[in-house]
This record gives sequence, C-alpha cells and structure tokens, in this order.
Amino acid sequence: MDAYREIILLLAATIRVATPLVLAALAGLFSERSGVIDLGLEGKMLAAAFASAAISAATGSAWLGLGAGIGAAATLALIIAFASVTHKGNQVVAAMAVNIMVAGLAPALALAWFNQGGQTPQLDGPGQRFLGLAWPLSSFARRHPVPGLAYAELLSGHNAIVYFAAALVPASAWVLHRTRFGLRLRAVGENPLAVDTAGISVGALRYRASIISGVLCGVAGAYISTAASAGFVRDMTAGKGYLALAALIFGKWRPYPTLGACLLFAFADAGAARLQGVALPAVGVVPVQFIIALPYILTVLLLAGFVGAAVAPKAIGVPYSKDE
Amino acid sequence: MSAPNRLPRWADYGLLPLLNLCAALLISGAVIRLIGESPWAALKLMVAGAFGAQDSLGYTFFYATDFVFTGLAVAVGVHAGLFNIGGEGQAYVGGLGVGLVCLAFGSLSPWIVVPLGIAAACVFGAAWAFVPAWLQARRGSHIVITTIMSNFIASALMTYLLVNVLIKPGQQSPETREFGPGAVLPSVHQVMGSIGIPFAPSPFNLASLLALAACVLVWAFIWRTRWGYALRVFGQNPQAAVYAGISPERTILVAMLISGGLAGCLGVNELMGSEHRILLDFPGGAGFVGIAVALMGRNHPAGILAASLLFGALYQGGSQLAFDMPHVNRDMVVLIQGLVILFCGALENVFRGPLAAVLGGAGGALRR
Amino acid sequence: MEPESPAPQAPGGPPAPALELRGIDKRFGPVHANRAVSLSVARGSIHGLIGENGAGKTTLMNIVHGFHLADSGEIRVNGRRVDIGRPRDSIEAGIGMVHQHFMLVERFTVIENVILGAEGGKLLGKGLAEARAGLERLGRDYGLDVPLDEETGHLPVGMQQRVEILKALHHRADILILDEPTSVLTPSEAGQLFRMLALLRDQGRTVILVTHKLREIMAITDRVTVMRQGAVVHETATRDTSPQALAEQMVGRAVLLRVEKGSARPGPALLEVKDLEVRDRFGVLRVKGASFALRAGEIVGIAGVSGNGQSELLEALAGIRAPSGGSIILGGRDIAGDAVGPRERRRLGIAHVPEDRIRMGIVASFSAEDNSILGYHGRPEFSGRGILKRRAIRASCERKLAAYDIRPPAPRLRITSFSGGNQQKLVMAREIDSNPSVLIVGQPTQGVDIGAIEFIHRRIVELRDAGKAILVVSVELDEIIGLSDRILVMAGGELVGEVPGEGADEGALGLMMAGVRGGARE
Repeated sequence: MDAYREIILLLAATIRVATPLVLAALAGLFSERSGVIDLGLEGKMLAAAFASAAISAATGSAWLGLGAGIGAAATLALIIAFASVTHKGNQVVAAMAVNIMVAGLAPALALAWFNQGGQTPQLDGPGQRFLGLAWPLSSFARRHPVPGLAYAELLSGHNAIVYFAAALVPASAWVLHRTRFGLRLRAVGENPLAVDTAGISVGALRYRASIISGVLCGVAGAYISTAASAGFVRDMTAGKGYLALAALIFGKWRPYPTLGACLLFAFADAGAARLQGVALPAVGVVPVQFIIALPYILTVLLLAGFVGAAVAPKAIGVPYSKDE
Repeated sequence: MSAPNRLPRWADYGLLPLLNLCAALLISGAVIRLIGESPWAALKLMVAGAFGAQDSLGYTFFYATDFVFTGLAVAVGVHAGLFNIGGEGQAYVGGLGVGLVCLAFGSLSPWIVVPLGIAAACVFGAAWAFVPAWLQARRGSHIVITTIMSNFIASALMTYLLVNVLIKPGQQSPETREFGPGAVLPSVHQVMGSIGIPFAPSPFNLASLLALAACVLVWAFIWRTRWGYALRVFGQNPQAAVYAGISPERTILVAMLISGGLAGCLGVNELMGSEHRILLDFPGGAGFVGIAVALMGRNHPAGILAASLLFGALYQGGSQLAFDMPHVNRDMVVLIQGLVILFCGALENVFRGPLAAVLGGAGGALRR
Repeated sequence: MEPESPAPQAPGGPPAPALELRGIDKRFGPVHANRAVSLSVARGSIHGLIGENGAGKTTLMNIVHGFHLADSGEIRVNGRRVDIGRPRDSIEAGIGMVHQHFMLVERFTVIENVILGAEGGKLLGKGLAEARAGLERLGRDYGLDVPLDEETGHLPVGMQQRVEILKALHHRADILILDEPTSVLTPSEAGQLFRMLALLRDQGRTVILVTHKLREIMAITDRVTVMRQGAVVHETATRDTSPQALAEQMVGRAVLLRVEKGSARPGPALLEVKDLEVRDRFGVLRVKGASFALRAGEIVGIAGVSGNGQSELLEALAGIRAPSGGSIILGGRDIAGDAVGPRERRRLGIAHVPEDRIRMGIVASFSAEDNSILGYHGRPEFSGRGILKRRAIRASCERKLAAYDIRPPAPRLRITSFSGGNQQKLVMAREIDSNPSVLIVGQPTQGVDIGAIEFIHRRIVELRDAGKAILVVSVELDEIIGLSDRILVMAGGELVGEVPGEGADEGALGLMMAGVRGGARE
C-alpha cells in the first residue's frame, strides 16, 4: 500500500514538474517547425515568471499576472523575430542575448520595485496564485485509495495551467496536421523558398510562429512563479528552457513524442528529488548536487544517444534570403 | 549572390561596434530612468567608479583580464563555426585545475608552480570542453545545448567538491584553505612597488601578461598557421573543408579544446592572481561576458582586448553604481551585456545597412 | 483568381498578348541584370527565351513571378497592367513558374506540395479532397500521372518536375514559365515534357520556355527572344532562324560550337576503378559497380542526367565519400579505403574540381589568395612547420591570376567579388597548378560565360596533351561530346555504355542515358 501511494505521489509530482516543460517544448515546436531555433525559451519563461509574479503581487490577481507574463514573453519573442527574421541576424545569438538580458533585467527590476534583493514578495494573498482545482468527489475518493487516490492525485487537484498544457498536446498535433496554418508552418521550416514562390509570406509565418512560442512561454513562466511556487526568485527557470528544447529534439519535433520526452525528464527529476537524503544500498546517500545535476546530465545523454540532424526541420537556423 | 553590405575595415571594427554599444547603453539608460534614477548620474558614477582612482583602474584591468580569456575562448569557437556557451563551466573547472596544483605544490618555487598552474588551467578547461566537443563531432549533438548543460553540471560538481571534499576542515563557508606562498602571482601594485613606483592595491596581477600573450598567440594561430586556416575554412564552409581534406571531427575537437583551455585560464587570474583559494562561483558570469566581448570585438584579438577593457570598466563601474544607488545592482551590467550581444550579434545588420549607405556606395560597389 | 478572359481586344486589332513586358530594368548593386527589356508573348503560343548564363533570363522571369521587384518598367497580362510585387500577385494574375531548382518540400506528400498556397480554406480536409479530384482529372488530361500520397523527396526528378507543373496548374496558371526544365531530364523525358507543353498550348495556355539549349528552342517554340548581357538583342519566329544564327546572337560574335582538339594519344592507365559501389548518406546505393580506367593523355567524359550517381562517383574518386565496395587503383595501390582521404589523394596526384563550386570549391568569405591554396595549404611551398608562408601564397596566386587571365588581378579581393567564370578559372588554376597526374572535373563550365568556357576547355585539352588523365562529368551533353575522347554513359547508378567521343551520336547517347544499354563494352 505504501508503494502504491509512493508511486501515485511520484506520478503526480511528475505531472507538476512536466507542465512547464511541456508548455515550453510545444512553444519551441511551433517556432522550430517554422525554421527558427528557439534557444530563447529560457529567457522568455524567466521574463514571464517575473512579470506574472510582479503583476500578481501588485494587483492580487494571478490571471492578470498570467496576462502580463504572456505579454512579456511575447514581446521578447517579437524582439528575437525582429532580429532573426526581419534583419536575418543569427538566431542563436539573438536568443542568447535575450536570455542574458532577462537574467539581468528581471532581478534588476525586482530590486527596484520591491526592494527585496531581486525577488518579488511572497504571493500568499487570495487569488494571487493558481491553485489546485479539486474535482467532484475527490475527497470521497481519497477514502478508497485504490483507485481513488489515483483519481484524486493524478486527474483531480491540479491547477488550470496543468489542464491547459495537457489539452495543448493534441491541439498542437491537430493544428500542425489538419489546418492550413499547420501545413504552411511545416513547409516554411523545410523549404522557405517553396513557401515564398507559392505566394505565401515567409516572414509573416515565422512571426506568427514566434508569437505563439512567446504566448506559450508566457503561460509556462506564469506557472513557474505563480503556480509551482509563490513568487519570483533570481534564475528560477534554472535551465528548464534548454531542457524543453532537448525534449523537443528528442521528440523529433513532434507533439506526442515530445510530451513523452518531457514526462521522462520530469519523472527523473521528481524521482531524484524523492531520493534526497535517502540512503541507497551500495551507494549511500546521493549527494544533493547530483540530484540537481541529474536533468542536465540526462539531457546530454539523450542528445548524445540521438542524432537529430536527419529529422530536424531542414531550414532550421537559416535566415531566409532570396539570394540563396 | 548579393553580398551583405560591406563596410571599410575601420567602420566594421570601430564605428559599428561603437554604434551598437551606444544603442545598448541608451536602452539601459531608459531602464534606469524607468527605475526612477537618473541615467546621466548613473553613467557618471560608473565612469568615475571604473577610472576615477588607481585602485578602481586596477579592478577594471583585473576584470578585463578575465574577459580577454573568455572572449578569446568564444572567438576561437566562432572561427570554427562553433558557438561555445560553456565558457563559464570551463573556467570553473579550469580553476579547479589551478587550485589543485596550487594546493598540492604551493610550497614550491613560483617558477615551478605558476607554469604548472597555467598548464593545469588549460588542461582542465579543455577537458571540460572535450565532452560537448566530442558529442558534436561524433554524435552531432547541438553544441549550444550541451555546453549550456555542461555549465550547470560544472556548477553542481564544483559545489559538491567544495562542500564535501575540498573544504578547509572546521570551516563553514565552502572554500579551500589558502594556497601556499609559491602559488601566488604577484599583483601589479607589488611589482610596481618593488621598483619604486607607488600604485594603489588592487587584484590587478601578472595574469594580465598571460592574457596579452594569449591575444597574440590566438591571432597568430588563427591567421598565420595552417591549422588556423583549416579552422576558418571549416567554420565558413564545412563542405569545402571536407573537400580540402580537413577533418571536421578533428577541427571541432581542436577548436573546442583550445577554446576550453583559454576559458580555463580565467582561473589563473582569479585564483592564483587574486583569491589564493578556490571558492564558490568564482567565475561570476565572466564566461557569458565572453560572448558579448567576442561579438563586440568581431572575434579579433585586438577587438576583444578593447571590448574586454570596456566590459571591465562596466563591471567595476557597475559595482560602484550598485554601492551608490540603492535601487540599482550589478544585474544592470548583465542587462547591458545582453543588449550588447543583441546589437553587436543579432541586430548588427540594422546599423550596417544605413551605415554602408552613408559611407557611400563607393567602397561597397568596388568591393562587390 | 480566375484569369480575366476573354482577352480585351481593340476593335479590329490583334488580340492582346498574354504577357507583355515594357522596359523592365533591374540592377543588383553594380550588376545591371536587365536593361529596359520589352517582350511580348502571344496567347496560346510557346515562346522561347534564350541566352547565355548570366544574360538575365532568370532574373527577368523572377520579376514576372514577383520574386524580384523590377526597378522600373511595367508588366501587362492580357492587355491589362498588373502590379506584381510578390509571388502572390503573379499567381493571382494567372502566371505559374516551374523553377530550375524545384520549389518543393521534400518531406511533404505530392498532394501536400500541390495544395501549398491554394489550400481551399483554413482547414485542410475539404481542400485536400477537392484537390485530389482535380489532380486526377489533370493527370488524365495531360498524362501527368503522379502518385499523390508518395513523399515527394523519394520521387525521381522527372516526376518531381511534374509535381511542379501540377502545382502551377492547380494554382490556375494560364501562363506557364519553365526555367531550364530539361536540365534534369533524359532526352526522352524531355520529349515527353515537350509533348505535354504542346498540349497545353493547343488548349489555349501560354508557355514560356527559358533555356540555353538551341536544340530545344528549334524543336518546340513558336517564337524566340534572345537575351545578351541583360538586354533583348533579337526576336523572331522560330521557323525564320537557325541554331547558328541564334548562337551568334547569344554571344555577339561568331562562335565555335565545337571544342578544337587534335586526336588523343592514350598512354597507360593511370587510374583504374573496379566494381565501385557508393552509397549516399541515407545508405541508398547510388553507384552500382562501376568499372573503368583513365589513361594518360585521354579525356573521359561521363554523360548522364544529373542525379544518376555521377556526383557520388566523383566524390568517391576524390576521397570525400568512402565507397561501400570495389577498388580504386592508382599506381598499383588500392586507395578506395577511408584511410586515403582528399588530402592524401591530392598528394598522390589526384586533383578535383568539384561539381558545386559555391558549396564546395571555394570559401565565399575568403580572399582569392586564401582560396587559391584550399586543399594545398599544408604543402611545403605554402606552409612550413605549420606557419603559412604569406608571401609565397600571394606570389603564387598572382601567377595563377595572370596565367588564367582572371580579372581583376587582385589576390586580396574577396572571391565573391569575382564573376562565376573567373571563380571557376581560379579553381581550375589551383587544381591544375598542383601538377596532378589525374584531374577529375565536375561540371567544368556551370554558371560560366562563353569566353571562360572556351578558355577552360582549351586548358583541359592542353592538360590532356601533356599526358594527364582527365575525367569530366557534365550534364551538358554538348560539352561531353565536344570535349571527350571516350564517353561513358551513366544511368541509374550504372555505367550503361561506352562510345568514342569522335562522332558520338546524341540520339544514341540519349537512349543510353534513359537506361537503355548499348555501346561496346568489354
């Protein structure tokens, strides 16, 4: 019974850890399928995390915070698009620039506005955070752990953003394969010349993809600071944007496999967190630093075991120019 | 095949980076205004803080030395078409090498320990760059992501080592014991003092000479040796490199090992030159500054030297600013750094076009 | 969307032309690509547009297609002035273009490619169904059978071209522009294409055929316009002209259509290839057991439609791609293995002029002198103990620029500041100057003006007369026939025939290129 309980709780934790990864990875999916490398996920999420927490702290509304997060991340997405689509600048450099800018700007603004050493105030007022929504009968279900606990912990009890992320996976697959926008998006990432000569604007498509990426990063950032925790702290995304990108690559730029990769990351992360302080046979106590480093090591291993060049969108990373 | 707007060299290497810097500073100024401080006053404080006194000048040069190493590291990668974002981690691990040598042989003569320490910095930094390099060369793993990951891993590894292994016994803060007397690079004020010129104390030390030497060596390597030639061919046109019999795998490894070794030298300046012990997070973001420095310096050692001095001044001036303006902290410098990367790197075409037009089609037309 | 019809007509006058260009002018920086070009194409005709490489044909058609914007001039479709600022405008005016390099998404199915840009609504379902019905009808009407659900990249190039044509027709093109459509086709496939174009014309559509091949102009067009150096220099009804007359108009002087050379005196075999098998990076077998020998003092040409394994063969010989089987024997030693890379092969005396100059042969951002040592940078005359000998490199480059009449003679100038012909001459100079015993040349004159073509051909013949073995691969059948002492024909990855260069028959070669075996091979 304890093992069952442990597993359910581990899976529930996996879902919570996976949510921002899924959102960011799908954000990257739209951008990368359009041919723009999305290394800026990290910065866009961090900016959104700060904006959401700051506005939520100021207004007392998590929803207004979410809006601010989306606005901040979308603005950054537009900056990256302006540099790399309009001016054909290097996409990787543009994204890294944004990541570093945000790493400086967010704590700088936090210090100036809240005077708490680069953090936002603790979000503990009513409505300042996204809290779990208990489904009907979940307290009843808890009394009958098999299968009630699974219902209460895995299906019920998450906040709105978790359900949004879950719905987003099939929605993305549908958009990609069943709509005109999706067709054109896939085309522009493979061969922008084909799109241009078919009378469709390459730039407009890439801008739209960038904005979608910004919006989704905004939601992911809001989740990090106003749902998973109660406020913004310096560097709180801690590389999640890069992990999401690795998950996207490992998922071969397709929605469902990407979801799988995110869940794998999240599972490892949640599992390792539970090992903290536990003495394992033959190994002893796992150092906390190893647990922290695990997702990064996992990313490197996954990327090493998987050669992505053959399935990446063909035109990825190359600014479109007619002269090629 | 219309080539991008070509500029005369002086504009390409001088005017354009300057314009980009101004744009970055202008936006930073707007942010400072948004915070409610005066950008003009902030600028004055920063300039005074960076150049106002002998010791602040010393700090400026000290930071600049760090940035020369990390900037060169990025530039060598870029010449081979590789964006090495792992300078931070490579510097951190390079410092481990320096530190281990200094802890072990600190009692010997500096004539032995210093060269050993430099060698260890290079070897450890290169070793940390080897894994992403190998993965890129053999498995095609995206080097930007793997080098970023290697930064996080380096940070965890170093924390573990400092907290659990290398910590000075009976001490709370995670740092090693102090290096022995042989493992200390003389600081500039000591050297100056010994020949009778008084200079205010600062961590500015002889590692700066190593940085200057690195500039010259990198220049000669890239433009004057066949290996540098091969590196540039691969960076500009990998297919032409294969055609010319240049091995991509070897070139990637060579470039990344040199890059990592250069980044590792930061440990010489920070640890042997100033801190005299290994402590948590001593690179302090210098690895990332290297990206901005390399971009602004157009990946040329001379440009990198100039950009390093500028960022050294920004860092030192920024500390002063954080001290004098309670609502502004060092993070503002990180913002400027990001903006410089944006304008010098990704948005360089924004100014390049108009500049080429203003400077007249003459040069451009002839060169087409 | 439907093109305006019937054409407006002045009372009693002739019908308005389907497409009329007036004073189209276009510069790219200092290059004057189109000089006040005027052109009139009658409805229901096949109109040829011919000129050398760089004469401005493709630029002109790209302007009509909205891909480039003209600096001045106007475009009229069916007598009505249209503003074409982007491809969409052109498509809406009823113009469709089949580019020389196909504009297809290789990972899409055929039907996805065809509907791209004309999807028939925000959701794909309905549009796909309608497109399928329409395409099946088009397929029947014009013999354009294409498997609609196949991944496009897996189709042979001839089939991909049909996809392009279907795409244009699905986008309701009334005027169809084809840019060098036969460069990827066998002669028989080209014949099929021409029959289809005639069918389209007979149904009232207008076809513009852009080519540099006189044969095609004579075979199929009703009228022909000749362009030279960006301007229209001649226009006539096709039946009133001759290939010789058109060639002179194209070049602006009398031209030799043949390469001048004496007969070959082949010596011993320098390089022998036995049962060579080469796979591409996806593991597909592209060269299937090729065997031949290159003898001293002989030019061997490989004829074939591009994409039949020639590129892989060249790369295997040059050491860029490791063969999966067979042997390459040079001086009694098998060098086929991975261990003998391009550098080692250069040392052994195999020089290589790559097929794709821009992608492989030069480094665009480098100066002429830095490009002049590419692949030879480790030689003792250019570097010692790893240090580049700058002075020697410059002197050597200056010598090459002079000897090959490369202009401007400025070693420090960026390579992209030279014309295509001069770039190619520098690559030739670099490879020939290394004093090889075997020279492998891919597409010696692609993107090269006629003056440089003659020069390059002369150099190749001189090298032969100096006793070297030369292998030439070209998609230009005329070039192969003119240059080669012996012609090997490649089709589907196999060498399907061998004929002497002297008096080689184009028709027979064409049959072999289509995969019909022939010739006398031992």
